[in-house]
Amino acid sequence: MPAILDARGLCKTFGAVTAANEVSAAIERDSVVGLIGTNGAGKTTFINMITGYIKPDRGSIAYEGRDITALPPRDITRLGICRSFQIPQLYRSLSVFDNMMVGLGIVLRNAGVAGFFSLRDGPVPGYGKSAPEVAEHLLERFGLADYRNRDAQVLPGGARKLLDIALTMVAKPRILLLDEPTSGVSAEEKFGIMQMVLEAVRAEGATVLFVEHDMEIVSRFAQRVLAFYDGRIIADAAPQAALGDPEVQRYVAGTRA
Amino acid sequence: MNQLLSVGVDGLIYSAWLFTAALGLTLIYGVMKIVNVTHGSFYALGAYAAASLTGAWLARGYPPMLSYLVLFAAALVVAVLVAPLIERGILRFMYAKDEVVILLITYALFLILEDVIKLVWGVNPYFIAEPYALLGSFTVGGLAYPTYNLLLIALALVSGLGLTWFLRGTRVGKLLLAVIHDPEISRAMGINVNRYYLVTFTFGSLLAALAGAFMAPTVSVVPGLGVEIIVLSFAVVVIGGLGSLPGAALGALIVGLVRSISVHYMPEVELFVIYFVMAMVLAFRPRGLFSLAEPRKI
Amino acid sequence: MLLAAGPFIPQWAIFIITIAFAKGLVALGLMLLLRAGLISFGQALYYCLGAYAAGALGRFMGISDVLAQMLAGALVAGFAAFILGFLLAKYRGIFFGLLSLALSMILYGLLVKNEALGSTDGFNILPSTLFGVRPGPEWVRYAVLASAAIVSLLLALAVHRYLATPLGRLAPAIKDNEIRVEYMGASARRAVHVKYVIAAVLAGVGGALAATTVGHIDPEMAFWTTSGEFIFITILAGTGSVVAPFAGALIYGVIHTTAYDLSPNTWQMSLGLALLLIIVFLPEGLWSMFRRRYARHP
Repeated sequence: MPAILDARGLCKTFGAVTAANEVSAAIERDSVVGLIGTNGAGKTTFINMITGYIKPDRGSIAYEGRDITALPPRDITRLGICRSFQIPQLYRSLSVFDNMMVGLGIVLRNAGVAGFFSLRDGPVPGYGKSAPEVAEHLLERFGLADYRNRDAQVLPGGARKLLDIALTMVAKPRILLLDEPTSGVSAEEKFGIMQMVLEAVRAEGATVLFVEHDMEIVSRFAQRVLAFYDGRIIADAAPQAALGDPEVQRYVAGTRA
Repeated sequence: MNQLLSVGVDGLIYSAWLFTAALGLTLIYGVMKIVNVTHGSFYALGAYAAASLTGAWLARGYPPMLSYLVLFAAALVVAVLVAPLIERGILRFMYAKDEVVILLITYALFLILEDVIKLVWGVNPYFIAEPYALLGSFTVGGLAYPTYNLLLIALALVSGLGLTWFLRGTRVGKLLLAVIHDPEISRAMGINVNRYYLVTFTFGSLLAALAGAFMAPTVSVVPGLGVEIIVLSFAVVVIGGLGSLPGAALGALIVGLVRSISVHYMPEVELFVIYFVMAMVLAFRPRGLFSLAEPRKI
Repeated sequence: MLLAAGPFIPQWAIFIITIAFAKGLVALGLMLLLRAGLISFGQALYYCLGAYAAGALGRFMGISDVLAQMLAGALVAGFAAFILGFLLAKYRGIFFGLLSLALSMILYGLLVKNEALGSTDGFNILPSTLFGVRPGPEWVRYAVLASAAIVSLLLALAVHRYLATPLGRLAPAIKDNEIRVEYMGASARRAVHVKYVIAAVLAGVGGALAATTVGHIDPEMAFWTTSGEFIFITILAGTGSVVAPFAGALIYGVIHTTAYDLSPNTWQMSLGLALLLIIVFLPEGLWSMFRRRYARHP
């Protein structure tokens, strides 16, 4: 199967810190990949390089055969690579519904359906429905319908995470990068949230990369694991094999060693 | 050659005055993250208080040589009376607000203080030229300058070096640097951040009042002094980098010399060049010549 | 309604209302920027450019048609903002404010020393005409008011419509979280640039209108205190509706006139107090009072 995303030889240093050292990975279409590693191992740097927030010092990133290494975040987003954030990035003074509508407005405009100066709302690309309908649909999917009219800044932690992820879905992403989707969520809620997110995402059809510290969640939801240590990928395999790797056990999983 | 020399001397004198005026502004921004428009009011208050007190001092026939101490005392009185009132009475309730909103609040206070000055001192000009003339003059390259100007330069040097020594050389100064770095953590470590804010605001305002008080003998003290100085101080501080002491010194030198050069060679661009330099610096180094790196956002 | 009542309004009230339209237009533009979290301390730049464009039309080409003047103001201001916008659209917060301040002071510095344009005194504008007709002296003000009302209404409707478009709705999103805006595939910088140009066009029309109403223009129109006045009106009005800036400008005009008549030395104090009270107690502006009442009785 051809890779939808192909990162080759990515290197990045911040002063004396090496955040990425010859990182290479080819991601297959429609796969679910877990990124693991201790804090500072280079997971978020990897995501930041793919989405254009930081430029690698060396190496290249190709999306469906097209080089995207030099593109800014908004152009990468327009191509269909979207991300969520470790700390949810919301429009805090807007309601949950309006958060979705801002995103949908951008999508409509980028698709040329609604010009920035026109009011005519056509169907949202990929959904075939009007923007308010898509907003309702996604809020329903992510269990946020009850919070519809609340301001984003007063949402409880779990709902903030979900809204952050729901916001990435408005553009109908082909690749979704989730940066610690369950951090800051209580242990009991973690599985439920991950289940809901992956079901929602898979229903819309997207390749998923997610950063996760909980090895049980990784082994349950990921089809493949990339283990980071000191800016390098030290293991790239199916979950059982990766988590059983002695280096991974020593540097990442820790407790099982 | 002589003209070049006088360009330099004029520029230096002007820079010294600008530096004293702008130093407090950058200090207050550095510590409290407030772009403080009332700084202009303190300058004007200092000038008026100095004019009144020195006028009264001289009218009673007290020794004129001591009038320089009276100028200093006038600035001190203004700063100690008014600054704590503003900081404790109003500003401290606003610290949670956005930087730009606090700027607007200080602008509102500036408008109020403008009229307070008119109510207290009226709208007629005050003159106290004696301290300016008293010290005689010195000659540079055939041109005579009032010796009083050396006092302005000394005032700038003492303020700037004194503040630098205080911040780097004393225990309290180092604690203040901690407050600048992170007020929340400093608070958690038991530093009385509120007191630092009060002292910083008062001291910063004192510097503005001093600049006003010592400028008073060289000009006629009229309404609108604060309006002009505040926007010039912004230019100085922005060029050097908001919150940076060496930045304020560099900014003052740049503005002082640029103005002096244009006054001598191209008087028609005098005001234009100052703000042109300010815009250019902002365009190429948005955070000024001495600026800190921005923190990571995600 | 205003048009029908026009002939019965006393001349001084016509003047206040027309000026309120002029300043309301500037505030309408500032409101667009404020919705995106940006405060310009230099909107007087475009107000003044608009006024001088209108003035130049009469001085150098003999054209004094009110509508032509407003068009010239819009074009000159819009073009200047389009160019400067490439620079300014990168800036946020304090730095956006300070850079726009510097730019307006540059214009002030240029005009003050420009003899051809009357330097500090400015120059008089030719008596207004409308479609080539010069109304009789008792009708001139009414004709200008009618043009002002119609142009303002059209521009306010256009802005109202703009606010409902995806680009217009992006404003609060840029204010809240620019990172997210970029990661949803939009350019915050371009959106700000567009808003900046629209705001400048509105200010240019306002400046031209003020010029033809007052009959005289001078560099004071670009000074930072003029920008402060516009910010005052915008904060007073709030960002709730496109009608708010005009209401705010009218209230400002009435406060200004009455307070100035009652006590010329304390009107700024009233303004400062009003600004302070609004920031603290009505951060959404006076307009939010209507909305709250409206919400309670739907």
